[in-house]
Amino acid sequence: MASSYSAIALKTIWIKECTRFLRIWVQTLVPPAITMTLYFIIFGSIVGERIGDMSGRPYMEFIVPGLIMMSVITNSYSNVASSFFSAKFQRNIEEMLVAPVSTPVIIAGYVGGGLARALIVAVIVTLVSFAFVENVSINHAGILVLTVILTSTLFSLAGLINAVYAKTFDDISIVPTFVLTPLTYLGGVFFSVSLLPGIWETVARFNPILYMVNAFRYGFLGVSDVDVGVALGVIIVFNLAFFATAYTLLQRGVGIRS
Amino acid sequence: MKALSIKNLRKTYKGGFEALKGIDLEVAEGDFFALLGPNGAGKSTTIGIISSLVNKTSGEVSVFGYDLDTQLVELKRQIGLVPQEFNFNQFETVRQIVVNQAGYYGVPREVAHERAEHYLKQLGLWDKRDAAARMLSGGMKRRLMIARALLHEPRLLILDEPTAGVDIELRRSMWDYLIEINKQGITIILTTHYLEEAETLCRNIAIIDQGAIVENTSVKRLLTTLNRETFVLDMSRNDEQRIEPQLEGFTMRQTDDHTIEVDVEKSQGLNKVFEQLSAQDIKVISMRNKANRLEELFVDLVERGRANKPAAGA
Repeated sequence: MASSYSAIALKTIWIKECTRFLRIWVQTLVPPAITMTLYFIIFGSIVGERIGDMSGRPYMEFIVPGLIMMSVITNSYSNVASSFFSAKFQRNIEEMLVAPVSTPVIIAGYVGGGLARALIVAVIVTLVSFAFVENVSINHAGILVLTVILTSTLFSLAGLINAVYAKTFDDISIVPTFVLTPLTYLGGVFFSVSLLPGIWETVARFNPILYMVNAFRYGFLGVSDVDVGVALGVIIVFNLAFFATAYTLLQRGVGIRS
Repeated sequence: MKALSIKNLRKTYKGGFEALKGIDLEVAEGDFFALLGPNGAGKSTTIGIISSLVNKTSGEVSVFGYDLDTQLVELKRQIGLVPQEFNFNQFETVRQIVVNQAGYYGVPREVAHERAEHYLKQLGLWDKRDAAARMLSGGMKRRLMIARALLHEPRLLILDEPTAGVDIELRRSMWDYLIEINKQGITIILTTHYLEEAETLCRNIAIIDQGAIVENTSVKRLLTTLNRETFVLDMSRNDEQRIEPQLEGFTMRQTDDHTIEVDVEKSQGLNKVFEQLSAQDIKVISMRNKANRLEELFVDLVERGRANKPAAGA
């Protein structure tokens, strides 16, 4: 009985989250399409033609998986961060706190919303890429799907943790600006880390986003700078750590209970 | 069975402010109970702890026998909360808000839609079901919060200042609605600043001040302890001049040319006032209580409670 109550609560939070980002689709779904189109035009068509091949693939083809992953990361993160913080700010998080909704259900509901938005954006960006790349082939569909789900789950959890600590709207833009964007740009979206000189290649391997981009690229193109098994392992470990952190924070009521 | 039982409940906030200093409280099933107190007395903290929005420091709380520490899920199912401030998503529609709230309690979506229609119609919000909550008037928002709290059909409804900022007509219709659902068996606890509201609606009452219960009794019994009331009399006389009556044995204040306030002890009665005025050829045009009777008691109890406490640092 308790599990059916939880299933209904989870479905409710998920529908609420999806309704939210679909209601404001101009703010949530259109910008990634425009941004990625610009990336494809500038880095792919204009600059890319002069670069030539990267990891044995035409440059335009090489950056497609990285750009999709970049959209997945930013959208899953910002969806949960802004939604959860708004719920805190408007105090409608109390609707869930007074109800018998368990902490894992709250986390799963919000992560489910972030995942849904990330997957829709991934499909949109993939469709946009068709306009620029002639052959978008998928080499390992299973790894592709697993990577995108694990990555969006991870960044949804990260967005949730950010929102728990945030006290103002500025606090939920600091991490994307100062942490996510640099790590994403340095995470092998636009280049193979094997091009980096000596020590910098080693430093780049401490960047978790590198593993996500490369596992996803392996699913698409069959090429990767890192071992795919290691990459998936890293993503899973980060997921477990972030879930444990989010669970502990919500269970203790940090930022939401006096 | 007790709808609510609180034993030695304490809350100290970070920073050391002691909001509750070990309160005991019991509310019987089916009761209409008022929790009164001045601002910062501890009412909202108490309600916050019962509804698990605030973590208690120590003490025991149970609702219909379900313990806050060990049976939280079942305890939460018993309670419907109408908070003091609007805390719904202003961008969601009225229907979304109530249906989602039911979903959090595990009510299947189709049942939630049926109940939403029932309660929104009862509270006069059905015509606004697809309007965004931010478009509603203040009174409608209050009623929306009541509908939202009832969707999972709780046995205990807690209302924190439910009629704050609501006009008189709407307030009265909300009172009628609350009386009706109380008759149907829902136990109601409310906090209010309108003491007339507590006197009209509630059977039992607790007064809390500075984190301690200073009175806990029935409204009837409390009102019998009222020894003195102040009446405002509007007077007239044929000569239309300023009227300055003399009232022996009564404390009296003249507030304008034709109005006086008279303090009347329970043992004195009003007849003596009328007799003396009549003897001075003064007619009483109208008469009313200066303050709500409960208000006088409330102020008296709070002041007496504070006077009995040792001064800080003493």
